[in-house]
Parts: sequence; structure tokens; C-alpha cells
Amino acid sequence: MSSLEIRDLHVAIHDKEIVKGLSLTIRSGEVHAIMGPNGTGKSTLSKAIAGHPDYTITQGDVLLDGKSILEQEPDERARAGIFLAFQYPSEIPGVSIANFLRAALQARLAEGEELDATTYYKRLYQKMDMLKIDRKFTSRSVNDGFSGGEKKRCEILQMAMLEPKFALMDETDSGLDIDALRIVSEGVNALRGPGLGVLMITHYQRLLNYIVPDYVHVMYDGRIVKSGDKTLALELERRGYDWVKQELAPAAPAPATVHA
Amino acid sequence: MNAASTLEPAVPETAAVENPAVGIDQSVGDFTYDVKYDFDAGTGLTENTVRYISAVKKEAPWILDFRLKALQTFLDKPMPTHWATGDLENIHFDKIRYYLAQGQKPKRTWEEVPDDIKRTFERLGIPEQERKFLAGVEAQFDSEAAYSNIKDIVAKQGVIFANSTEALREHPEIFRKFFGKVIPTGDNKFSALNSAVFSGGSFIYVPKGVKVAQPLQAYFRINAENFGQFERTLIIADEGSEVTYMEGCTAPKFSTSTLHSAVVELVALKGAKIQYITVQNWAPNVFNLVTKRGVAHEDAEIKWIDCNIGSRLTMKYPGVVLKGRRARGEVISIALANDGQHQDTGAKMIHAADETTSTIISKSISVGQGRATYRGQVHIPRRLKGCKNNTECDALLINTNSRTDTYPAITVRGDSHAVQHEASVSKVNEEQIFYMQQRGLTEGQAMSLAVNGFVNDLVRQFPMEYSVELKRLIDLEMEGSVG
Repeated sequence: MSSLEIRDLHVAIHDKEIVKGLSLTIRSGEVHAIMGPNGTGKSTLSKAIAGHPDYTITQGDVLLDGKSILEQEPDERARAGIFLAFQYPSEIPGVSIANFLRAALQARLAEGEELDATTYYKRLYQKMDMLKIDRKFTSRSVNDGFSGGEKKRCEILQMAMLEPKFALMDETDSGLDIDALRIVSEGVNALRGPGLGVLMITHYQRLLNYIVPDYVHVMYDGRIVKSGDKTLALELERRGYDWVKQELAPAAPAPATVHA
Repeated sequence: MNAASTLEPAVPETAAVENPAVGIDQSVGDFTYDVKYDFDAGTGLTENTVRYISAVKKEAPWILDFRLKALQTFLDKPMPTHWATGDLENIHFDKIRYYLAQGQKPKRTWEEVPDDIKRTFERLGIPEQERKFLAGVEAQFDSEAAYSNIKDIVAKQGVIFANSTEALREHPEIFRKFFGKVIPTGDNKFSALNSAVFSGGSFIYVPKGVKVAQPLQAYFRINAENFGQFERTLIIADEGSEVTYMEGCTAPKFSTSTLHSAVVELVALKGAKIQYITVQNWAPNVFNLVTKRGVAHEDAEIKWIDCNIGSRLTMKYPGVVLKGRRARGEVISIALANDGQHQDTGAKMIHAADETTSTIISKSISVGQGRATYRGQVHIPRRLKGCKNNTECDALLINTNSRTDTYPAITVRGDSHAVQHEASVSKVNEEQIFYMQQRGLTEGQAMSLAVNGFVNDLVRQFPMEYSVELKRLIDLEMEGSVG
């Protein structure tokens, strides 16, 4: 059983604070969804946890199995078991998916150890069958010229092969039509299990019809302002984010001065 | 120690080579062993230097004459700094040693090669490669080949594979006709220098219709400090024949500069095919100034695959003169310029017959303060019909202070030709690196992968053994480039 603990996290980009004291603990086997309006700090949260160099953590901590990961390089965090499914995955021209995954797995082995090619391909094909991905797919260059749906499937395939402890899924549904959304969701559901904790970041409730979360959190202005079970997502869908904003308004401290 | 003052081969003297790099195994070629040189033309370049080299080699008078005229041409020609980098002014011709050898006759078996030289080539893996996939190997150590052998089966087909001295002495009827004809002495200052002091290199003749199945390989090794290596290569593929030649090279890293200036001439007669592959990995103190050109006759094909990873400054523009109808020329070029390196490379395609086709694909990578320059020349005169050229030129920049320049010169006259030129510059961006790191690759591994991906479609055209080597070299270079 693993845990990913986010403790009073504050994150800034270029001196502007975006995440303003967020706390959340995810355990293996749990699926948490973070919902919230645009610009509220959802993507910032996932990139900061993964160690993106543009994001500065000004306060708080992130612990994997009780140990802080903030001093680790992005690749160390990745090898420790944190996977980020990108909203906009990068293209790597000339590097096939098969070779990329092979390099990523090789990087997890001790020095001098060599990944066994036969075992690797056997596993790769097994995962591709499970995710209903065509065999030809992995000979294409990573994300190069991919459609939105193909990019997301490529992310899910990588996740299946790298077997992280925790997956941070950043707007996995963005840019997908309904068929692609269904296929990608089936993939995530196939990977769900006692060994994997998931943090799903989404703007829309519709994703949660396919990937049903155990917990739903509403994020607003850099903090989690409401938590509940999956019914919270439905309520949000019905009442909109304005409902949360209004509910919060009386609780917010009155500003001393009015900014223009 | 100016042995050049006498015409007699000098008293054997030990050239104790100081090596500041011992123990720092930065790359595969960065090592040197003490070697005893029996022949040494001394330091600096005079007429006596040229006479010494010619005497040691017991050359025919016409060759000495050829050399002396070339020396004069070299001295007369100015340094081409009106278009090339001013770094050329840092070559001190009076501080270079122009000829160093243990002897003139290469050994036919590795057992006969003296231990002090043999261990160098063993460490570079040459005997092993020879056993595995080569039809013949020549291993040049400073000025002369220490080892040269061709597999019996290839020799029986009439293929000649020898060094320049041996070939000009024993087969003048074959080689003299083409020697210095593809690249005349006065082509440029460095072709003149090479013509004056050339030594070693490979002379190859492939008889009519013979297809050499496995590649022939030469390995050029510089061991001595303050040294200049000037090998001369001439490959003649007779009608309908085919041959692949590969060359590799390394040198230890010295604090002073080393000069490598070769001349390579190819002649593909009617319907012949020559493929010439270079993986250049000189140490970062080497000036690598090489002239390479081929003449393709009717229906013949010449393909240069040119890969430059090492050296301080490389200036090299392999060319093809498309002399016969339907001749084809191709240059595939990969250059990696790391900090302190300038790869000034490119290609020349001179169309001189109807329906000739040429292709240039160049990819360069600039890392840190490294500088990559592409110079291309495509020439199609008005009188010709139905010529085609396709030029593709891509540059990848790793850091914001990296530099790339492109100087294409395309002259096409007449209206029945098809010419295409594409160029692109891209940069490895932080998001791409972060993406790869997020999958568990270190920053260095991520850079390597991005660079390998960039050149991947070209590397696939290399023979398997060389593409693996190339990938490894890129990995090594990139690992070191990340702070």
C-alpha cells in the first residue's frame, strides 16, 4: 500500500502564486477527481508534483510513502512511481513508441543490467491487446502527427507499461470526441486496481461518467474548497461552478481595499 | 631534431609522446601509447621534408615532381579566410610533423604488427570488426598503414586494395591515369598540401562486373602530438562493379593542435556503384580539412555518407561530378557540433550530363556553443536536359546559444530541370525534455534520444555495425553536454 500526500502545497509560476495551500492524500487503489473552473490551478498542481522546472514550490510538501520528493529531479520522481499523463503530450520525431518505452524501462534498471528484448515485446503486445491498440501503432514516432485521441492512447499505453504507483491525469478528456473518450476511459479502467492510485484532473463531469471516481474534490482559486463522493460531480454538473463560488463568497474575508 | 635536412632516412629516434590525457577516458579514442618511430621527417615543411618523404618511399621521379609542384602551389595559395573561418589562421604549419612511421610496409597479419601499435587497434576493436563483417582492412597509424589485408575470396576476384605508395609503385598502369585528376592539386590550399606530403590511405581497384559483397574498411589513427596526417585515397570502380568503403578515425586529445588533411578521389565508371562511408570522431584539437570528390560516368552512382562528430574544425564538402548520362550522386551528411567545435560541412553536385540526378540530405546538431555550418553547391548548366536535384537541410539546436548557418548555392540554367530545396531549423525544447524525464529518462538520456530521433532516418542507411556505433557516439557526446 502506497500513499501520495500533498501537504499545504503552495506553487508559484514567475512569482505568481497559483496553488495556495492544497492538502490531499491519495492511497493505492483510490481514484480521486479534481474538478474546477479554468485557471484555478489544477494543471499547475499536477506539473508541480511531477517536478516541472517552471513551477516553484514556495511552501508545503509532497510525500511519496512518507518521504518528500521535492528535492528529486523529475526523472527520479518518475522512476519512484509518479506518472503524469499530459494534457498536451510532446512530440519526439524519429523516436518510435516502442524504442521510447524501451529506453524508459531501461532507465529503471540498475547499471549494467540490460532489458530483455523478447520479454519486453511480449509485454508490450500484451498491454496493447488489452488496450485494443493496433500493433502498427508502436512503430510510429512518439506523438508525431498524432490526432488528439491517438496522443491520449499513447499516454495510456505508456502508463500501462511503466506501471506507476500514482498516475496524475491532466485533462485526459480534453480534445477527445465521444468515441475517443470512451476508448481512453476503458483503458484507464483496465489499469485500475489495488496497486494504482489515480488523480484525475478535469474540467467536465462527462469524463466521470466513464471513469467513476471514489472521491471528488472541487478546486477553486488554488485550494480544495469542497470534497465528497461521486455525487458531488453530478451536483456540480447540474448547478455549475458558480454555485461553489457563491457558497464560498460569505466565507471569504472581506477585502480591505477594492482593486481595480 | 630536424631530420629533414638529409635525404637519407633518419637515424631511428624515439618520439616519446607526452600525453596529457592518459587516464582520462573521455571517449573511446582518447588514449595513446608510446611508440618508437624509425622514420621522422622532423618539424616544419620545406622542400627537404617533401624530398625526405619521397626518398623513404622510394618513389618514381614523377611522383616526387608531382609533390614538389604541389608544395609550390600550397605555398602560393592564400588561406581561404575570405569565406572560411578565421580559425584556420591558428594552424602553425612550421610546428607540425609531416611524416612519422615505423616502416613503410604494412603487415598482412595482426600477429606481425608490432605490439605497441597493435594494442591501439585492438582497443579500438578493429581486428574484431574485420573478422565479423569486413572484406578487407587497412589500419593506418600516423603516416603509414601498420596493417593491411584483404580476404582471399575478394583478392581472387582481382580487387586491388593497397596503400598509396604500394599502389603507385606496383600498379601505375591502373592508378596513374586517375591520380590527381578528380581533385587537381590546386583545387584548394589543403588539397595542394596533401599532394605535397601525402602518405598512406587506400588505393582500390574493383574490376569490371565485380560486386564486393562486404565493405572494405580503413581506420585512420593519429597517435603522435603536433602531427599532420595526410592520407590519399583513390577508388576506381570499373564498369558495372560495386564497392562499399568505410573509414573511421580517432586521435588522442592533445593540448596542441593536430592536422588531418586528406584527399579522396572516386571514379565510378559506366554503371558502377561506389558507397563511401565516413564516421569521423577526431579529438577536439584536430583540424580536419578534407577534400572529397567523385566522378560518376554513365549510369554510375556515387553515394557519400559522411558523419562528423569529432574535431575542432572540420571543413569537408563531398562532391560528385555527374559526368555521364543518367549518373546519380548522393550525399548524406550528419554533423554534431559540441562546445568548442565547428562542423563546416556540406556537399557539391556538379551536373555535367543529361538526365543526371543528385540528392543532398544534411542534418546538423549544435550543442552548447557548438557551431554547424552547411555549404552546398548545386550546378546545372544551361545546355543540359532533364536534370534533378533534391536538397534537404535540417538543423537542430540544443541550447539557445548554439549556432547554425546555411549557405546554399544553387545555380540552375535552362528550363527542363527539377530542383527542390528544403531547409528547417528546430530546437529541442524544455517541454520535450521534461516529457521524457517524466518517463524516467535522465536529462542527458532525454537529449540523446531527441538527437538520435532527429538523425534516425539517416542512420538507418548505415550498415548495422556503424549505426550502432554512431548511436553510441551520440549518446556519449550528449551525456557530456548536460551540466
